[in-house]
Amino acid sequence: MSARAVRAWLPALSFALVVGAIAWLNPRAISYLGFNLMLNLAVPIALATIAQMFVIAGNELDLSIGPFVGFVGCVTATWLRDSPLLGAAALIAAIAIYAALGALIYRRSLPSIVVTLGMSFVWLGLAILLLPKPGGKAPDWLLATVGYQPPWIPLPILAALVIAGVAHFGLMRTSYGAILRGSGGNPAALARAGWSLLKTKVVLFALAGCFGVLSGMTLIGITTSADANIGSGYTLLAIAGVILGGGEFVGGRVSPVGAVMGALTMALAASPLLTFMNIPPDWQVAANGAILIIVLAVRALVSTRE
Amino acid sequence: MSSGSVAAVVELSDAEKRFGAVRALEGVDFSVFAGECVGLVGHNGAGKSTLVQVLAGALAPERGRISIAGALQTDYAVNRALQLGIRCVFQELSLCPNLSVAENMAVNHPSLRGVGWRRRAADLIGMKLDEIFPGHDIDASDIVQELSIGRRQMVEVARAFTVTQVPLALVILDEPTSSLDAHTAGQLLAYVRRFVEAGQSCILISHLLGEVLRHADRIVVMRDGQVAAADDVAAFDRDTLVAAMGGGARKAPAVVHASGGPRSDRALRVRARPARQHDDAELIAREGEIIGLAGLAGHGQTDLLLAVFKAAEHRAVGLEVTAPVALVAGDRQSDGIFPLASIAQNIGIRSLARLRSGLLISARREAELARFWQDRIRIRTPSLDNNILSLSGGNQQKALFARALGSDARIVLMDDPMRGVDIGTKIEVYDLLREEARGGRTFLWYTTETEELAHCDHVYIFQNGRIVANLDRNEVTEEKVIQSSFSDAG
Repeated sequence: MSARAVRAWLPALSFALVVGAIAWLNPRAISYLGFNLMLNLAVPIALATIAQMFVIAGNELDLSIGPFVGFVGCVTATWLRDSPLLGAAALIAAIAIYAALGALIYRRSLPSIVVTLGMSFVWLGLAILLLPKPGGKAPDWLLATVGYQPPWIPLPILAALVIAGVAHFGLMRTSYGAILRGSGGNPAALARAGWSLLKTKVVLFALAGCFGVLSGMTLIGITTSADANIGSGYTLLAIAGVILGGGEFVGGRVSPVGAVMGALTMALAASPLLTFMNIPPDWQVAANGAILIIVLAVRALVSTRE
Repeated sequence: MSSGSVAAVVELSDAEKRFGAVRALEGVDFSVFAGECVGLVGHNGAGKSTLVQVLAGALAPERGRISIAGALQTDYAVNRALQLGIRCVFQELSLCPNLSVAENMAVNHPSLRGVGWRRRAADLIGMKLDEIFPGHDIDASDIVQELSIGRRQMVEVARAFTVTQVPLALVILDEPTSSLDAHTAGQLLAYVRRFVEAGQSCILISHLLGEVLRHADRIVVMRDGQVAAADDVAAFDRDTLVAAMGGGARKAPAVVHASGGPRSDRALRVRARPARQHDDAELIAREGEIIGLAGLAGHGQTDLLLAVFKAAEHRAVGLEVTAPVALVAGDRQSDGIFPLASIAQNIGIRSLARLRSGLLISARREAELARFWQDRIRIRTPSLDNNILSLSGGNQQKALFARALGSDARIVLMDDPMRGVDIGTKIEVYDLLREEARGGRTFLWYTTETEELAHCDHVYIFQNGRIVANLDRNEVTEEKVIQSSFSDAG
């Protein structure tokens, strides 16, 4: 098998390994209900990972996606329930701000890490203004959507398939998707062929904003109420998911299917696996980091053979 | 052929362009007519690249008029040029490495979209590759990153000749054969002739003067931002071209060798067997020798150089390296320069141990080393503290030579380092190499240009990762090299 194939299969392999370990530790977890419970929180992580992936595809990094998800969560649990128009307008405005950040980063040649790190405090601040202490309630239609139980296939798995499919089609199969990825691969060549790099950057950031909004809404649908800090872990989870899924920080090499699998792996390894292994919660965060390092080390080995 | 009565495909008159104090174009008149191939030659910095960029709409001149097919252009830019059927293959590769060959088609053909665009793109590029390079082994689904540099150039050239909506009028090829081996370069140039005979036009920029003399209808020579000479190809030969470019009377020098005494007397520097060698042929390099590695591009020459480079640090089976090694990279953008560092830092990086004072790098010693090599190899820059990217391509390559030659390495590995370098620079570097060889340095020199083998004491021809011929310097002829490269022995 070529190195390229190994690389493409590595996300699937690591996901299978984690599921396999869980099945071995606790066979009853491999069931409709078990997957529903274990992968519940994986859906918002997958959405945030896809958001991050769009940013990484253009050689940038978004350090604000976690607080942004938290902000969206607060809007969802308050305005979107009480006055849906205001809530919807706020969310659309948030996406517009993301797009504007893309434009700003491109126009002023600013490092995205700095801009988004700054924005992470803005989102967190806005979220705290909106919801000073945990509370609020998800709109009923959202609760109903997230609580839907399709026959045979658990909703989180179905949702992961749909997310991966939509992102894969948009970024990997359409011709403008190729241009978007090309803007990470060789921006100078794109500019010379007459494409607007401003537009590609704005589109990528707007897409990140869209998926960030979906992530925040789904998260609130699952948890039913919000907290300004609810998304704080998402920034790193999303980055790890993209890289775990076969993406590269620079060069426009990303894989939506891999990113979703990376997110699912992170979500499963984050808590269900470790709980079944009887690792106390105090150690779970560290164990999680160790799993991440091992998988990335294997990937680095594969890459050097290429 | 050119004729005054027909409107030119492209006509540029009295163009002027400055970059700061440098006048890149000074009142240039240039035109291309339908059905001709115009050869454009000149030193680095003569203004060729600027002229090309202006024609392609990538740069706007400060003064001058540009007419396409007789119509004066007022708002000329890249998109307008593309609409008018003007394409350009730039010297540095402009494919997106992370995309597949077919996906790269979308970059230049916005009309490739909607249902089935990938299929159409793959068919288009596949057919064009078959047409220009019959027998190629490139698949449209290959990721560009995973193709060799020669194959990337084939894709890039083929892409420039594909047509979707806009009919092609003019294709500008800037050093299209620099990474191609003799066989594929021949296929491309033959295609260029077919292309212009069908009534379209082409501008061919090449530092291989023989290529231009054989395939152009008309040659324009640039020098210091001006057109120094322009005439039918029959009016030129190699010497008059070099003279017009400002090479003065400097002909390619008669080759002088360092060799004193029989080979076996001198100390062994490198003994290497390629990993895929079945018989007992091996490469042997001794002190003070220039050893050429030849054959078709990408047939294991670079691999051997890298193996020797590694063997200098860690012992390896089948390799014996007896002295410190330095490598001059061929792909200078990705393997050679440190783009964020200054010229002096780029030169000193291989010699840090010597430049140290205490724990720190001595800026004074670094500057001394860089100045010494600036004088020796003539790097043209106002200050060595400038960023390396402020240099022209040829001068960047000189800085890379300075890095290797300024180090303690007794063995210098060169991975086709003259790619896209102007002839003046080359002649200077050749002189320097001979001088260094006389001083006892050993050079392993992989080159895709057969002419350069004349500078070598001994030449090994590679095919499919193996040494297939082993020529002494008086046996080296182009015919022999090509014969060995295409022999069935591999």
